[in-house]
Amino acid sequence: MKPTAKTGRAAPAGRWLVMGPPLLYLVVFFALPALIMVVASFRSPGEFGGLAPLSDETGKLDLNVESYARFFTESVYLQVFVKSAWYATLTTLFCLLLAYPLATLIAQSPKKYRDLLLLLVILPFWSNFLIRVYAWMIILGPNAALARMVNAALGSVGLAPVSLLFSAFAVLTCLVYVHLPFMVLPLYANLEKHDRALLDAAQDLGANAWNRFWRITFPLSLPGVFAGAALVFIPALGIFAIPDILGGPDDTMIGNLIKTQFLETRDWPFGSVLSIVLTVAALVLAGLAAWVARRGARGGVGA
Amino acid sequence: MTARGRSPWLWAAAIAAYAFLYVPLVIVVVYSFNDSRLNAEWVGFTLDWYRRLANDSDMLAAAGNSLLIGITASLVSTVLGTMAGVAMHRYRPRLLPILVFAPIAIPEILMGVSLLIFFVLLNFTLGLVSVALAHIAFCIGFVAIVVRARLAGMDESLTEAARDCGASPANAFRYVTLPLIMPGVIAGALMAFTLSIDDFVITFFTAGAGTVTLPLLIYSMIKISVTPEVNAVSTLLMLLTLLLIVIAAKLSPTLLRSE
Repeated sequence: MKPTAKTGRAAPAGRWLVMGPPLLYLVVFFALPALIMVVASFRSPGEFGGLAPLSDETGKLDLNVESYARFFTESVYLQVFVKSAWYATLTTLFCLLLAYPLATLIAQSPKKYRDLLLLLVILPFWSNFLIRVYAWMIILGPNAALARMVNAALGSVGLAPVSLLFSAFAVLTCLVYVHLPFMVLPLYANLEKHDRALLDAAQDLGANAWNRFWRITFPLSLPGVFAGAALVFIPALGIFAIPDILGGPDDTMIGNLIKTQFLETRDWPFGSVLSIVLTVAALVLAGLAAWVARRGARGGVGA
Repeated sequence: MTARGRSPWLWAAAIAAYAFLYVPLVIVVVYSFNDSRLNAEWVGFTLDWYRRLANDSDMLAAAGNSLLIGITASLVSTVLGTMAGVAMHRYRPRLLPILVFAPIAIPEILMGVSLLIFFVLLNFTLGLVSVALAHIAFCIGFVAIVVRARLAGMDESLTEAARDCGASPANAFRYVTLPLIMPGVIAGALMAFTLSIDDFVITFFTAGAGTVTLPLLIYSMIKISVTPEVNAVSTLLMLLTLLLIVIAAKLSPTLLRSE
């Protein structure tokens, strides 16, 4: 990389010519809006929605922490956060359960099939998000085969029929469905690098299949598990379309709360507070996952 | 069972996972040809839902908007994303990667609402332009990842040689670097187009009341009532995006791992 570094020093003008436009664009259309949202979280809500003027007639700035106080004192909002975190946790666990055997199988497959098997995992991710949500509306619909089978079974033991659609079950199933590829990819990338000789050695020393998995493969795969967990948990935490379409009234998540604040109640400061709390939660978790993954990697190799 | 043998349980679990991924999509496609208003059981084959689609003026207008935004967003974000990819590869800047990757890493809704505040405070009319501007912002990162991966696999001494032979930095890029990274650039452009045409969340917040794209129309259709017309438009949209992504993956095999 030495010669490139030299080019970089030799042409500072070229450097800014190449870097300037994307940097400027992202500052204007990403960093600036984010900053404005942080300021908005300290402003007062407008009389007719949106934001109140930043300063009064005397020029005194109207900045306060009332929206933050409201979030932390009215327990209903914290409850929605806890529920969202719970749904995101369950999603992460179910994704892990489904992804582990899949990633293991792909990693153990002959090299020439691996790319195809991976492509098959990723392709659904590239089909439209709403279509994937809609698919579950069909599968879980009241007239579909699944609901009729479940309700026939419930009826035969004398229980009342249930609705599969508009339920926590529907929300969780779709959350797992949408996020599964994000768990498979980092897990595969990790499992692929494992040295089979370790497992052979363990077997020669008399370890059974379960011990080989639990004491060698799994600890070594922890960096992949945590990377996948972060990639699933963070987007799942902020989702709004899935509970909006498939959930019942009790399945409100943070994303729905944010949407309501911006598009229905039009209380922008409070909506901004919710968004910032979500961002901070996502950043802390991502940092934590990266930290644990690094530690896990060291511990795993040392063990 | 030896350590090298693959357990039948592993096969069964993996096949179940693949079925979980594909059965829902297959059901959407199959019912788009079903001669029944209810997406509940197979009645008979028909192309009626596709015919209805072709005569649905709302649908055609939404498709036109999606196409227009997709083409604009992918062209601009490909240029900016390629620049970002080249800059990150050559100069190893600190700030740029953060700004490039953050829009991909944070929950989409955050970018949607912050852009909504931004446009409204600037008195910028929400519509096709605001949606395209928002799409460009999140597509830049995806293009940059693909281009940077391509550059990482390239022999940088070729560009150095061109410079030593007297080519200006612009010419060295135009005649040596760009042709070599072109597959990555095209893959990035296809990816950006796909992401733009599929985006729902950010579009939902930045489109305003009067502008409808395909995902927004699908959303309002499934919120009101489910008809196989949604299946038909979904099938066509899936066909288009999957085709583009397979081409992109062929051009840039690292695409498989960068996501």
